[in-house]
Parts: sequence; C-alpha cells; structure tokens
Amino acid sequence: MIAEAGHYALVLALALALIQSTLPLLGARWRDPALMNVARSAALAQLLFVAASFAALVTLHVTSDFSVVNVFENSHSLKPLIYKITGVWGNHEGSMLLWVLILALFGGMVAAFGNNLPLSLRAHVLAVQAWIASAFYLFILITSNPFLRIVNPPIEGRDLNPVLQDFGLAVHPPMLYLGYVGFSISFSFAIAALIEGRIDAAWARWVRPWTLVAWIFLTLGISMGSYWAYYELGWGGWWFWDPVENASLMPWLAGTALLHSLVVMEKRNALKVWTILLSILAFSLSLLGTFLVRSGVLTSVHAFATDPTRGVFILLILCLFIGGSLSLFAWRASALKQGGLFAPISREGALVLNNLFLTTACATVFIGTLYPLALEVLTGEKISVGAPFFNLTFGPLFLGVLIAVPFGPMLAWKRGDLLGAAQRLMAAGITALIAVAVLWAWTGGGSTLAPLAIGLAIFVIAGALTDLAERTGLFRLPLSASFRRARGLPRSSWGTVFAHAGVGMALIGIVCETTWNTEYIGSMKPDDVAIVARYQLRLDGATQQQGPNYREMLAQFTVSLDGERLAIMTPSKRNFTTRGSTTTEAALLTRGFSQLYISLGETAADGAIAVRIYHKPMVLLIWLGPVLMAFGGLLSLSDRRLRVGAPKPAKAMRGLQAAE
Amino acid sequence: MKPILACVLALVVLSGCPAYAVQPDEIMSDPAKEARARDLSRELRCMVCQNQSIDDSEAPLARDLRLLVRERISAGDSDAQVIDFLVARYGEFVLLKPRLERHTLLLWLLPPFALVGGGLALWLNWRRRSKSAAADDESLFKLTAEEETRLEQLLAAQPSPDQPA
Repeated sequence: MIAEAGHYALVLALALALIQSTLPLLGARWRDPALMNVARSAALAQLLFVAASFAALVTLHVTSDFSVVNVFENSHSLKPLIYKITGVWGNHEGSMLLWVLILALFGGMVAAFGNNLPLSLRAHVLAVQAWIASAFYLFILITSNPFLRIVNPPIEGRDLNPVLQDFGLAVHPPMLYLGYVGFSISFSFAIAALIEGRIDAAWARWVRPWTLVAWIFLTLGISMGSYWAYYELGWGGWWFWDPVENASLMPWLAGTALLHSLVVMEKRNALKVWTILLSILAFSLSLLGTFLVRSGVLTSVHAFATDPTRGVFILLILCLFIGGSLSLFAWRASALKQGGLFAPISREGALVLNNLFLTTACATVFIGTLYPLALEVLTGEKISVGAPFFNLTFGPLFLGVLIAVPFGPMLAWKRGDLLGAAQRLMAAGITALIAVAVLWAWTGGGSTLAPLAIGLAIFVIAGALTDLAERTGLFRLPLSASFRRARGLPRSSWGTVFAHAGVGMALIGIVCETTWNTEYIGSMKPDDVAIVARYQLRLDGATQQQGPNYREMLAQFTVSLDGERLAIMTPSKRNFTTRGSTTTEAALLTRGFSQLYISLGETAADGAIAVRIYHKPMVLLIWLGPVLMAFGGLLSLSDRRLRVGAPKPAKAMRGLQAAE
Repeated sequence: MKPILACVLALVVLSGCPAYAVQPDEIMSDPAKEARARDLSRELRCMVCQNQSIDDSEAPLARDLRLLVRERISAGDSDAQVIDFLVARYGEFVLLKPRLERHTLLLWLLPPFALVGGGLALWLNWRRRSKSAAADDESLFKLTAEEETRLEQLLAAQPSPDQPA
C-alpha cells in the first residue's frame, strides 16, 4: 500500500511538473498574472508530492518491507536504524529519488521566497525547473522505479554494501546533491534571461545567493566525501582522481568561476554573456556527472552497451538540456548588451583571470575523464588517464591561479594599480619567503617544491589577512576605529577573506600530507612495537567481537611518544556475513592537525597481523580548508544586500555606482 | 553522483579479496629499490580495477604486478625499462599517465591550448572592445556625412554678414 502510494505520488508530481513547465510560459507570453502564478503553486505542490513519495520509500526501508525489490536488494532487518534510513539513497533508484526531491526543494524555495522577483522572470525560472524535473521523473518512472514489488517476498534482505554502512553516507550524498542540483537554479535563471532577452545587475544579485548555496553544499559535500574515503578505504588516500570524483569536481570548478563572474556582473554590469554561459556549464556538468555515474559507462563501455536503457535515457536528457541550452545561448546571447569597460589590470581583470584558470582547470579534468571513453568508442584503443596525469596538468594550473589570488581584492575596479597592490602585499610576500627559507632549512633541503608550495599557501593566507587589515585600517588607525570599521565591513568582504584563506590552508595540508607522510607496513605479533615518526605503537593483542550485522576483529595498540603513554588505538576489520565482504575500520589519533592512522590487513597462520601505520602531518587542514571556504560562503550569503532582497534595476544601478 | 567511494568500493566487493595494497611480504630489503618500486607502482594501473594504481589496489592482479615490478628492479632494470617491459606485456592501458603520442595529442595539448587560447581570445576581445569604444567616443564629436551636407546647406542659406541684407 505504501509503495503504491509513493509510486502514485511520483506520478502526480510528474503531472504537476508538466503543468508547471507549460502554463507559466503561456502566461508570460499573454502577460496573464494568474497563469504565471500557476508556477508558484505548482512548484509547492510538486515539492509536497515528491516529499510524500520519498517519505514512502524511507518508511518501506525502515519497516524492512522486503516485498519491495529496492528494499530487498539494499537492506537487512538487522541493519541499524540510521543505515536503514541512509540506505534509501545508497542505491541507484533511491538516489535518483533524492535527486528529484532536492530539485523540487529548490523549486519550492524559489516559489516561496521569490516574491521580490519580477513575475515573468519567476514564471520562466520555475518553468525551466519543471522541464528538468519532468525529464527526471520520467527517467525514474520508466527505467528506475524504486517501488517495484516482488511476487514472492523473501524473508530477509541482501543487506547494504558494508562500505556504505557508515555515517558518511548520511551526510555526503545529500550535501553533494544539494550542490549539484542547486546549480539548476542558476541554470534556470540563465535560460529565463535568454528567453526574456533581458539581463542586468539585478539579475546577478538574484542569482548569486542561489549559486552560493549550491557552492557551499558542493564544497562541503566533496570534502566530506574525501574524508570518508580517507578513513573508510583503509589506505589513507583522500583523493584518487577517480571519474566519479572528477564528476563532482567539474561542477565545483565551474561554480567557483561562476561565483566570481557574478561579482563582476553585479558590481560592474559586465561579463554578462560569459556569466550566462558559466551558469549553463555548471549545471550541464552536474548533468554530465549524473550520466557518468548513473549509466554504468565508467565501469566499462561494454557494460553500457549491453544494458543501455538507463544510460541512453540519461544521455538523451543530457543532449536535450545541454544542446538545447547552448543553442538557445548561441541564438540569443548576441541580443544581450555588453556592459562596462575595464582595463586588463583591474579587479574585473583579476576576476577574469581567475575564470580563465578555473575553466581551463575544469576543461583539463573534463578531457582527462572523458578522453579514454571517447578514444575507446571511436578507435577501440584503451588507455588510462589517472592521478599522475592530473597531478601534472591540473596541479600547475591551480598553483598558477593561487599566485594571483591575493592581488585580486587589492586592485580597484575599472583600472587597478598593480605596483601599489604589490607594495601592499610586501609584508605577505616577505612572510611567505621567510616561511620557505625556514621550512627548507628545517627539512634539510629534501624537497624544494614542497617549501615553495607552502610558501605560496602562506602568501595566499597572509594576502587575505592583508586585505582585511587594509579595509579596516588596522595599524594605520587607532584600534577602536579599526574595530568599528571591521564591524561595518560588508559580510561578503569577510567571506572573501575566509574563503581565500581556506584555499591556502587546504594547500598546506595537501603539500604536507603528500611530502612528509610516514608509512610503516609490516606484520606484527602481540607485544611487537612499530616506530612511526617518533611515535611508538605497541600491539597489545587482538580480540573477536560480534556487531549487529557483522563480526569484527579488534586490535589494540598502545601509542606512546618518548616513553610517555598517549592513547589506545583500536583499528578493526569487519566481516559482514550476508554479503560475505570485509571492511577495514581504520583507527585515527589526532594530534593537533596531524593524525596517526592504523588499518589492519590479513592475519597470518602464525597469528601475525599485517598492519599499515601512517603518520600524516597537517592532514586535517585538507578538509578544514574547504570548511573555512564554505564558512566564507555562508558569511557572504548573510550579507545584507543579498538578504534584503533584490531592488529594482534602476535603484540597483545607482547603488552600484555608490559602492566602492 | 553516487558517493565518491561507490565505484572504488565496487571493487572491494567484486574482487572479494580482502587483502590490501602493498603487503609486508612484498617489500624489498633495499629501501632505495623499494622506494623506486613504490613510485613506479603509483604510475601503473591495476587493469581489472576502476582507475586504481597497483599501489592502492587490493586485487590479486595488482599484487602480481607489484611483485613483477620488484622482480624487474632486482634484476637491475632501470625505471624506464620496467615501464617498457610492462607496456610490451600489457599494452598502454597499464599506464596511468599516457605517453604523448598521436592518439593522445589532444589529451595532452588541450590544457595548455585552452589556457593560451583563452588568454589570447580575452586580449583580442578587450582590444576590439576598447577600440570600438574609442571609435564611439570620437564619432560622438564628428559629424556624419549627412550632418555635414546639412550644415553646409544651412551655412549657404545664411546671408553673409558682409553683404547687406
């Protein structure tokens, strides 16, 4: 009954989406407010029905109704409650349902909070949202229905893939989807602007908060996923340049570029056409990610060819939306008037440079991910493109953009003074150089590249702080005056400082972890001691234990530093009986920003356990950096001018001239 | 779209082999040679896995390859020789960083071309726009041909100050 209700709710959501995708457009054409307002109620009702459908699937999973195929294949009655819930999106059908739920959520939010939008713009935006929604409802209903029944219901389910039975699954996919799907809003706004043929600074002001929300979630989602992989997979890697990861990185790069170009458009009414193109690209790359992951094309081109229903369907959606939006762009973009002029050395120029590097980086990831697939389809030749390729190509691009980061905020709009900016960054530069020298001396001149990269990171962080000091008049004015200025500083300026500092922080973590990571691989028997980066780790012994749906072997290590006992670490190895598979649960000990990491391997016949121990210096910065970036985004989102709502275009123009 | 791990973990399930990455019994006694083996392992793909290097992979094939790499190194092969040996045996597919050849030209050249080409396009666009803007400014103060003739007509129609009316 619940399954059928959920299925029916989804069908109704499709019907509503079809109404929402047509009537408001007619309303906008005939200038009929009543018809245009259909979009609003349809979007809200659609959200209600998708939420009902999703709730139905959650209920089926929680109550372990094994008469439903999806529950039978991905759940087990003994599974802890939290994994019964998260297991809903730990599989293809459920995750697509989460995808449309989030899409409907964003549509509903535009409907609910978009009161200050011009009526026709809102109607267009929601109609475009409904096109996307209709396509994906059809996809779910035709190829991936999560509510299918089994004729003879089995007593027990097949259990969820053990590696997914982790708290990471509760947070990572929803966050990632909020990011991916969030870019659909800027996409819809871009298409609406192209249809209406009108775009101005006010448009940028409406789009920016939505893009920021998506970007914040995507940033957190990617870094969460990276940390999850780090502790779950058992070899301490945190980024693998895997196509699935690249699929999430590409929208992030395009989205970051979009955020920066939106700033130019909002403040200076320039880069309109480019901003529209980026909005289309960011969401197209999200769709591409969906295709890559959902079609099975990554596992093998042949697997895709043998069961192509899903893949071909998503490929059609992909072609329709990307092709359609780009054609619309090509047809209408010339109608958009170009905005203000600026010299190459200016704040706008710096932001354009940022966009050039970020889009090139994005293109690099794109070609690295798709080239092997394309080559195999076209010529049958098989090549691999992996981490070494991306490190060599993506790395320099990203380091290149970082040199420019501190200069951007120091330059004035329209025409900047590079020399003046350099002078103001002198202190930051000197700090960075001292850091390079100290590090180089301290590490005994081992690696030249690592101290240089860390120096660059420190330059970025110090540059962000210099920007803050400049704006508050720190050291120039009395402290109370700077404090007053700091309070009066727009939140978005604070956001810039935090986000840029976060990038530097992540870079420090990445460089330290990859350069000075210490590793011990060996067989250990009870009472053996391993020494890793001055820490002594003694294996006390191993015990067997029974969990809810697994058996685990726990090993206990006593960690001491210079003879002083610090802590006990208990890595384990879990054996899941239903699927007959094993997971390694690494033990982590955090010391400052560094971590000790132990994971277990096989136990030999003589009782010796294969053990991997790592000391990973500054590793936490890799994820704290993105958290700081997301925090900066949040500050920027809370800026008054984004909260107050969008002013009328004319008023906005005047406001723009007054600003800065 | 699915959790980042998903495809990595598919392997764990598929291979069903809970052994993992470099095993203690594989490690070479000479630390310099072992370091070389590890560096090489990171560049080589475990062919039955999805985008994993043999250094990271848990599959039995990866172990065989790791042992093979170490065997070649102890036999005195240079890094390049080891790579050539593996490519001769398993094809280019084994390399995680493809060689620059005719069929990988686009792959390697796109990033630098995108950067340089993009920069060039931006510069040309900026020059064109600032030129046309300058032309606009000048044209504001210049008269069109039509305006010139009208002005002449007006001047001609105006009685000369020398001639008494």
